[in-house]
Amino acid sequence: MCLAIPGQIVELTDKTRQFAVVEISGVRRKINIDLLQEEPPVPGEWVLIHVGFAMSKISEARAREQLRLLAMMGEDRQAMDELNGYKFES
Amino acid sequence: MRFVDEFRDPELIRSTAEEIARLVEPGRTYRLMEVCGGHTHAIYRFALADLLPASIELIHGPGCPVCVLPMGRVDDALSLTTRPDVILTTFGDVMRVPGCHGSPLEHRARGADIRMVYSPLDALRLAIENPEREVVFFAIGFETTAPSTALTLRQARARNVTNLSVFCNHVTIVPAIRAILDSPDMRLDGFIGPGHVSTVIGGRPYVFVAREFGKPLVVAGFEPLDLLQSIVMILRQLRDGRAEIENQYDRVVPWEGNGPALTAIADVFELRPYFEWRGLGFISQSALRIRDAYAAWDAERRFAMPGVRVTDPKAAQCGEVLKGVLKPSQCKLFGRECTPERPIGALMVSSEGACAAHYSYARRQDAVAAS
Repeated sequence: MCLAIPGQIVELTDKTRQFAVVEISGVRRKINIDLLQEEPPVPGEWVLIHVGFAMSKISEARAREQLRLLAMMGEDRQAMDELNGYKFES
Repeated sequence: MRFVDEFRDPELIRSTAEEIARLVEPGRTYRLMEVCGGHTHAIYRFALADLLPASIELIHGPGCPVCVLPMGRVDDALSLTTRPDVILTTFGDVMRVPGCHGSPLEHRARGADIRMVYSPLDALRLAIENPEREVVFFAIGFETTAPSTALTLRQARARNVTNLSVFCNHVTIVPAIRAILDSPDMRLDGFIGPGHVSTVIGGRPYVFVAREFGKPLVVAGFEPLDLLQSIVMILRQLRDGRAEIENQYDRVVPWEGNGPALTAIADVFELRPYFEWRGLGFISQSALRIRDAYAAWDAERRFAMPGVRVTDPKAAQCGEVLKGVLKPSQCKLFGRECTPERPIGALMVSSEGACAAHYSYARRQDAVAAS
């Protein structure tokens, strides 16, 4: 719940409900990007995700740092479990 | 899967630690509180205290939402599962939190329909897929998770999903910081401010820490270097006699916070007059409840909730540890009656709680120090 998971935007799937597909380490999942409505992300950009919602845009370098941090904290498996666990209806 | 393994910038870590050593004044002690549980976990995980001079003590604050959730609220949520139509959903972190008669995990083993979700949107999906059931989302967390609950309720209303409700236990960090500053036995010199919460609320809500209480607060990232740099920034303020709110994590945290997230929170939630925090007691205006406009999605109004109140065992000294009066290992129950496997006190429940982190990472150091 307290993890911040970086993901790269692959595709914007639902403009009304603000869903997008992100990819991290080959895993693709649907997340919500409504909280970034002031500067909507485009495919290729990276975001930090909390409980299924992109909370901020970050650079690719920062995203990689965050991945490294999750690994160092022993939370990388947990992060992938969380990402895999998002099963949103839309 | 492991992403990468090695520690980054050991040279920079060393030079920052040396700068910290230069900044401490002889004969002076520094008691700094890291507010966020994620910081507590990182500090223990990387043994950062070992890089600091003995005159700097890090006090582990109240920013672990699982740890500060009163046991009675867990019992209230579990009471709903006696209804055969209810599916109770919550985050994985909550599944292990003990209620009076066991944790959600144990209740599930006894047959209750309790499902772990990774996002409130999963609870919404469950409600849509199970129209004959009542899906309740047991919501906890600070400002990092409150916007997602709010947006989920907005979607539920827009889509007329009426069999979803939220048992709201969202709390806000700033009143807890104020309560700690107001506490008579509190003696802190500065704060390491939370990173992810500040992504949402920005820097402005902390200004009172500097203006009213004259203490520095530096919002920090989660890397070892971030935490050390934030300590440098606090020590510089103390050396110069300044008290300011600074942002070490400005690569992620904007001063204004996240506007849409704040709007979503304000749209769906309002402040409760008071709320109980495990270990800290009742703090006024420190938690969120669901506004009248969303009353139909409020589990507390939809169901008869018993309103269970459970006092923690007197022997557990969580409050003293939370305020930094005691170290985790100085509590009478630490590591004996109270362990991560059988937690009694709040701070032993989550890996982000001070006691659980201390138990997992620092006991060996204690043993070495004592021998």
